[in-house]
Amino acid sequence: MFAHSTDAASGPGAGPEGPSGPMVSVSGLDVTFQSKDRTVRALSDIDLQIETGEFISIAGPSGCGKSTLLRVIAGLTRASGGHVSLRGTPVQGPRRDVGFVFQRAALLDWRNARDNILFQAEMRGLPKAWARERADELIAMTGLTGFEKAMPFELSGGMQQRVSLCRALLHRPDVLLMDEPFGALDALTRETMNVELRRLWEATGMTVVLVTHSVAEAVYLASRSVVMSPRPGRIVEQFTIDIPGPREYETALEHPDFQRTAGRIRELLGSTSVND
Amino acid sequence: MTHQMERPPAGPQARNPTPSQREGPPRASNWLAYTYPLAFLALAVACWFLVTGGGLVAPYVLPSPMDTWKAFADNTGYLWTHTLVTSVETVIGFVIASVVGVLVAVAMVYSPTMEKTFYPLILFAQVIPKIAIAPLFVVWLGFGPSPKILVAVLMAFFPVVISALSGLRSVDPELLELTSTMGASKVKTFCKVRFPAALPELLSGLKVAATLAVTGAVVGEFVGANAGLGYVILQANGTMDTAMLFAALFIMSLLGIVLFALIQIAEYFLIPWHASRRSRTRT
Repeated sequence: MFAHSTDAASGPGAGPEGPSGPMVSVSGLDVTFQSKDRTVRALSDIDLQIETGEFISIAGPSGCGKSTLLRVIAGLTRASGGHVSLRGTPVQGPRRDVGFVFQRAALLDWRNARDNILFQAEMRGLPKAWARERADELIAMTGLTGFEKAMPFELSGGMQQRVSLCRALLHRPDVLLMDEPFGALDALTRETMNVELRRLWEATGMTVVLVTHSVAEAVYLASRSVVMSPRPGRIVEQFTIDIPGPREYETALEHPDFQRTAGRIRELLGSTSVND
Repeated sequence: MTHQMERPPAGPQARNPTPSQREGPPRASNWLAYTYPLAFLALAVACWFLVTGGGLVAPYVLPSPMDTWKAFADNTGYLWTHTLVTSVETVIGFVIASVVGVLVAVAMVYSPTMEKTFYPLILFAQVIPKIAIAPLFVVWLGFGPSPKILVAVLMAFFPVVISALSGLRSVDPELLELTSTMGASKVKTFCKVRFPAALPELLSGLKVAATLAVTGAVVGEFVGANAGLGYVILQANGTMDTAMLFAALFIMSLLGIVLFALIQIAEYFLIPWHASRRSRTRT
């Protein structure tokens, strides 16, 4: 059920159908940040192939460059060396074919939930009727029904993050990139969001890359988990987490293989540097 | 996941927040909110009556409330004419300062070179005492309204630039990164993200600017004018007509308050979502 894999190049491709060639291809990636008096090597020699329909979680302690890796894929941070491509085209600047979710919802305070979701369509100049229909579909899918008119300040953290997720999905991006999206939520809300995100992925088969420092989240959600270590950030191991069918939270977490994988990841990370 | 809306922090009066409180604040707190300021005002006027009525001070030092009212009522036409002059100078000065101030702030936010160029100039224009350069403006521009407008602009400009600058910079950087993945133009990002985000700070800067614009116009009139409230004050001072001086002072304050209130109303419609307005609409 849980197959361990240390082979970086061969992702199993959990999606039902996928075009030839990986969705995301990272090879020999180096990122260094230059400040006045020192150079920080954030990422070193990263190789990662992500197939269409995969749910990849990137786990690692703070400062291991996992967020940087995500930002490089989105084109928000420039690579210092190596090659990154999305759907076969090299990443050279901010990419339009991604959906991005930050740790903070980053909503427009002056717009209600629905208009915040539609912001994506407005900025892209997508057809209005199509966008509205798509927004309503996403609102229903994420349990935001009844809150369309609520302003961000009237929404709880979890609801705000749902709005942010809907906004990221509105334009049907090729890949959804999430940077510790539930890191600021309380444990209970986080659990619910995990279950819903997993269900959403199972229903849509979209490609997701999620950065997290929670081992449970990394293992429960993903079809493949990438573990990173800091200074400089590099990939230490990858685990294929292959459970067919829907994952129930309780049963999945208590599954012996699941616990073994989680335990192994914790070992790799060093128990002190991880809180989940 | 609670499918419940979280309420914003409740104000002091809203100990028991219920949905009905959104529509109407409790009567008692409303009444209290006006009682203290009104009582204080009444007390101040009563003291004024007492001091002037008892013959403690000469009328030319401190006119009684009645004398002031008489100066006001007997000269409505005269005062109205001069109020209009000062008002026009103030409003034009304020509008110019607002427009130019916002444009300069936008240029400074988008271009570091512009910031380096403008900032010392703006600071210099601010630290130079306005009253000291007002005579120079009269030399340059004559006795008409333009030197007064210029002083008003100079007074109001600084708070506009500073508030617009910090407002435009207050935008969530992640929001800007997000828009960069949306492929939107800079203009679109400015109109839909940056400018709305800057409005709360900009509007509080405009409130300060509005009151300063009144001061600027009057300072301009002090230096050389044959019309306006500043001129009225100089005339009244020259003839020891303290009652008239008081009347003019009251009108000037009123002018500042009206401008302030207008921006407050604009806030109500422009930024109903902002925290500073939320607490006010709910308590």
